[in-house]
Amino acid sequence: MAQAAPGISGGAEAVAYNDEVVRKFVIAATFWGVVGFLVGVIIALQLAYPVLNPPLEWFTFGRLRPVHTSAVIFAFGGNILFATSFYSVQRTCRTTLFGGPGVANFIFWGYQAFIVLAASGYVLGVTQSKEYAEPEWYVDLWLTVVWVVYLVVFAGTLMKRREPHIYVSNWFFLSFIVTIAMLHLGNNAAVPVSFLGTKSYVVWAGVQDAMTQWWYAHNAVGFFLTAGFLGLMYYFIPKQAERPIYSYRLSVVHFWTLIFLYIWAGPHHLHYTALPDWAQTLGMTFSVMLWMPSWGGMINGIMTLSGAWHKLRTDPVLRFMVASVGFYGMSTFEGPVMSIKAVNSLSHYTDWTIGHVHSGALGWVALISFGALYFLVPRLWNRERLYSLKLVSYHFWISTVGIVLYIAAMWISGIMQGLMWRSYDELGFLQYSFIETVEAMFPYYLIRSLGGILFLLGSLIMVYNLWKTAKGELRDEAVVTDAPRVATAAAGE
Amino acid sequence: MDLESIWQAAQSLWVVWLMILFLGVVFWAFRPKNRKRFEDYGKIPFRDGENGG
Repeated sequence: MAQAAPGISGGAEAVAYNDEVVRKFVIAATFWGVVGFLVGVIIALQLAYPVLNPPLEWFTFGRLRPVHTSAVIFAFGGNILFATSFYSVQRTCRTTLFGGPGVANFIFWGYQAFIVLAASGYVLGVTQSKEYAEPEWYVDLWLTVVWVVYLVVFAGTLMKRREPHIYVSNWFFLSFIVTIAMLHLGNNAAVPVSFLGTKSYVVWAGVQDAMTQWWYAHNAVGFFLTAGFLGLMYYFIPKQAERPIYSYRLSVVHFWTLIFLYIWAGPHHLHYTALPDWAQTLGMTFSVMLWMPSWGGMINGIMTLSGAWHKLRTDPVLRFMVASVGFYGMSTFEGPVMSIKAVNSLSHYTDWTIGHVHSGALGWVALISFGALYFLVPRLWNRERLYSLKLVSYHFWISTVGIVLYIAAMWISGIMQGLMWRSYDELGFLQYSFIETVEAMFPYYLIRSLGGILFLLGSLIMVYNLWKTAKGELRDEAVVTDAPRVATAAAGE
Repeated sequence: MDLESIWQAAQSLWVVWLMILFLGVVFWAFRPKNRKRFEDYGKIPFRDGENGG
């Protein structure tokens, strides 16, 4: 690249961005996304029809469930975060990735190796039984190496930036990388039983272990699925809408309050347990306070379209992004409500939690990821526009209907389950046996599976569309009036 | 008062210190003097030298 003097602000001289590695991450994210959604549909059907659990233990619900969660969070979400953070950090710093293409490729292949090592362990029964941190010690060590290199490349790129200010999306990405490193090391402190064996024991025990685990898991939600994807939001919504963020000043307050409050919210996963009451109340209080920065961010994202709402009618890619921020607002309202002890006594251990997670994961994380993929593919492959905007629109509606079916079914099922568990008859006996609650949930399990199938179907439409786009084909379709140009190619030329 | 007791008194007021920190961030972000500078930062994504930006 033309190494200009560190003179700041310069003109629009072209920088040779490293888009090769971004392309790889985009392909990987698309692939793992479909795998993760497919396994989700399979385990949803296994819950509805237990006969679908094969006699071979590798593919039973208990083994496949972590394959689903890790595939969608770490494989799909992780690759999306690598792709979007590397794409946007280069452009907001107007410099190429620190460390060169070799190091970037190491991160790519290293991370894919982590995914394969983790997933193959799960189906073979190698697990340390910590939710969202199931991989055993050797996989954890490998991820640590890859993650530290990621941090070095990202921070190094920030340090050699040619823009005096670090744009806010990079603050969110950096906080995500640093915090995930801290959480990963803290929660996975473990002693292997033997040098060549897979089994290890975690150094924490009892309630300390439970607290460490939920400190980890809640902040994986807070920093992986929230801060990371907010970084994505702060870059890609302005780019797609072709307008700067509604209020940069609000984004500053949003960042500091969000990262400060999130880290304390973990204890709400341990209401009415051996965890001391004061810690439970602390977790609940911080979770409720978290509502404010969450909604500050939501308003910032949605109001970016203020004065340009018509774009939602004509641009289905932007529709994905804005709908995702709407789901973000909805699930960050629901979360604080569920963290209140009285509500949690009804919702905890029921399907309501599953519904809440999926309104965040499908509605927020996946929809904004789809929006980013539709943004990235024409630019990364130097195409004039997407193959078909009509297919984007179909994808949007099919997946949104799928999400609504999913979360509505889980709300009803979860609240019914919670109410059945706490029902007493006039003599003080429990009114329902556990199996009666399971039977009552059957229709909702079917509706949930249907929602998941629709979501998977939508993602396959996206794969077809992205594949055609990358090949350079353009579907001959009527242009929706005043649709903005999707791309004008010529990146890095 | 020895150092230990001052430290303990300061710790018990943590909510006050954090509120001051929070108000400081809000003041810094919304101070009219900083308005133009921050609004300018919001345009960084459009200065990447691509797409005619």
